[in-house]
Amino acid sequence: MDANRRQFLRGAAGALATTAAAVAAPVSEAVAFGPREPKTLPPKAVGMLYDSTLCVGCKACVSACKEANGMPAEQPASLALWNEGTWDAAEDISGKTLNVIRVYQNGTMVEKDREQDGYAFVKRHCLHCVDPSCISVCPVSAMQKNPVTGIVTHNPDACIGCRYCVYGCPFNVPQYQFDEPFGRISKCQFCNHLQAQGKLPACCDVCPTGASLFGLVEDLQAEAERRLAAKPGETYTFPRGKLGGDRVGHEAPVGEYQPHIYGEKESGGTQVRYLTGVPHEKLGLPELPDHSYAAVSEGMQHTLYKGMIAPLALLGGLVVLARRSAKAYRDEDPTRTDDEEDSR
Amino acid sequence: MSVLHPVAESPDPVLENHQPLGGRIVTKPFMLLGLLVLIGGYFILRRFLFGMGDVSHMSNGYPIGTWVVLDVVIGTAFGCGGFAMALLVYILNRNVYHPLIRPALLGGVFGYTLAGLAVMIDLGRYWNAFNLLMPWYAQINSVIFEVALCVMAYITVLWIEFWPAFLERMPSAIKKRFNLDKFQVFLRRYMYVFIALGVLLPTMHQSSLGSVLLIMGSKLSPLWYTQWLPLLFLISALAMGYGVVMLEATLVQRSFKLPSEAALLTKLSRVVAGLLVLFLIVRIGDLLARGQLGLAFNFDRYSILFLIETALFAAPIAILASQRRCANTRLRFLATISLLAAGSLYRMNGYLLAVNPGNGWTYFPSAPELMITVGVVCLEIMLYLIFIKTLPVLPGRTAKAGRPS
Ligand code: SF4
Ligand code: SF4
Ligand code: SF4
Repeated sequence: MDANRRQFLRGAAGALATTAAAVAAPVSEAVAFGPREPKTLPPKAVGMLYDSTLCVGCKACVSACKEANGMPAEQPASLALWNEGTWDAAEDISGKTLNVIRVYQNGTMVEKDREQDGYAFVKRHCLHCVDPSCISVCPVSAMQKNPVTGIVTHNPDACIGCRYCVYGCPFNVPQYQFDEPFGRISKCQFCNHLQAQGKLPACCDVCPTGASLFGLVEDLQAEAERRLAAKPGETYTFPRGKLGGDRVGHEAPVGEYQPHIYGEKESGGTQVRYLTGVPHEKLGLPELPDHSYAAVSEGMQHTLYKGMIAPLALLGGLVVLARRSAKAYRDEDPTRTDDEEDSR
Repeated sequence: MSVLHPVAESPDPVLENHQPLGGRIVTKPFMLLGLLVLIGGYFILRRFLFGMGDVSHMSNGYPIGTWVVLDVVIGTAFGCGGFAMALLVYILNRNVYHPLIRPALLGGVFGYTLAGLAVMIDLGRYWNAFNLLMPWYAQINSVIFEVALCVMAYITVLWIEFWPAFLERMPSAIKKRFNLDKFQVFLRRYMYVFIALGVLLPTMHQSSLGSVLLIMGSKLSPLWYTQWLPLLFLISALAMGYGVVMLEATLVQRSFKLPSEAALLTKLSRVVAGLLVLFLIVRIGDLLARGQLGLAFNFDRYSILFLIETALFAAPIAILASQRRCANTRLRFLATISLLAAGSLYRMNGYLLAVNPGNGWTYFPSAPELMITVGVVCLEIMLYLIFIKTLPVLPGRTAKAGRPS
């Protein structure tokens, strides 16, 4: 018995030490834990500048988007009576709507792009993040970012429909078709099929005022900065379709912008830029930090699972301890009858 | 503290002195459970025929609903009994708890297997589920990927760990026919590897269930969003695992009039009390360190959820840490319930109640959606009952003593 006790004590001390080590390693690493390196804009990143002050709410982009992407018209139940199922009247992006124009309304709504007693339009679709949460969470690589253009695409053949991209996207962009038995994830893919043919994304192509403007992200950023620097009210030629393209511009007075280019830094930066007259959070564009939560999450995963070293070390310790326990029990078992030559 | 010596009453970690409980399988409560399973089945059918929207209130604001949160995030924590006991018995060498391990494992087998079933109901593109196993689709940065693979592996390990219970009952003719004796020897010899895996895998995916929420950022209230989520989820999984073992032991003992394992449970309670204290230290310490503790006293929705949750975590400590109070079956039972409720609420808050996707979205599960969850849980209980009655799961001496007719 005494020998057993000693053996047990030794075992217990070993167990304690290993457990302590196993717990301490990840914990101490987690203390030193930091987000992983932020991702950077791809070399030929394409994007969109949406200028809310130019948008007239015609929704040409919404129907063009539907047509270009083969999406059905949508009628919310509340509007079904008067719209008789013929008009598309989506209230927000959904499983059937990749792009929508929403309206901000306040008080008497007399003036456009004014926070008090005003109204304003805002466009909703994927912002093609530089460091996308949807890609980070997707277990089956169904979300992909083109390494050159930075367009974030979705592959329904890979997708298992877990909807963590919906859950994790800071802008609530990916939408699952809950009303379909074989639903899929819908999201704007920047009309990459049109771009492959050298065409413009449908929404930018049809926009009559240049409110939705296609271009290289760096150029769009410069354009946004130019607009911010211009004096409100002075006449400005707003490009249409594609920045640097050959279409005739649209002459209009410069709007009274909020001094913030939304999408430049939000969530680690995106490839879409918003200029608005009303503070962005009023338009449903959420306040976000300069880093992507994907970097936080992956930082944690990389800390705990780097090269699977910590889990394997832990497994090694566990195997040793479990084996020792199993052996101890067997050695002491007076009723043991079978004579396996194992665990000796 | 006295040293616990590994007693020889359950000498072998593989071939236990366990006995089936026997008795009738189809009883009244069993039929009631069956009815609930049927109702759940009806709605599951509808979900597959008409889509998730037909039965569920999930939306693109709250794309994760009760199926994932109750059946998987909370359900697997309830299934952590096997994990928690294996850690204690085999890793920390506390052999006195041995009689509790096989029922705990069985709870894990069903808790996890049915969580897997719930996932298949919940996956929007279930026919692609195999992609999770295809290396060319693997996305190793994804926490969900880690959880999915790890849970699949653990379900396999649980069935392997439980396999000896089948072998013991198998007629030797069948064993000969399929050469199972060899397999049994193999299992006996290498069971320690599976035991080790059975501790490692839950450590990984239970903490990862916390890491999943790191992507939520500002959608999750700062009272819950912290980089300590993985550790908090791990501790709460262990505490809930022990809680389930205690609950299970008390309920089984009550309903089948078995001799009580009170002495063991009292001992176990102290371990649980320690875990709860640890949880609260990390939880509150982190809030202090981030300077967010003030949010707890805003008395808005989040603060109230936080206060209830914390009270439920703290209350059992007073009972479980005291040997005297713990000897009282009713108090111990209450403490166990409180602890399980605490862990469940913590998980539900993190995944749903403290989440705000903005844009005016709200979520409250629909009745059919809940009935599916209820059905899955009832199926779990039914299978558990069938197994303990027909397979050697419960400790032998007690099973013989109290076999109901
Ligand atoms: S906006 Fe959402 S869906 Fe689009 S790339 Fe970013 S994370 Fe992905
Ligand atoms: S729903 Fe599809 S695209 Fe979204 S994370 Fe899951 S598998 Fe990936
Ligand atoms: S880029 Fe194409 S898919 Fe995206 S919103 Fe515009 S039209 Fe729709």
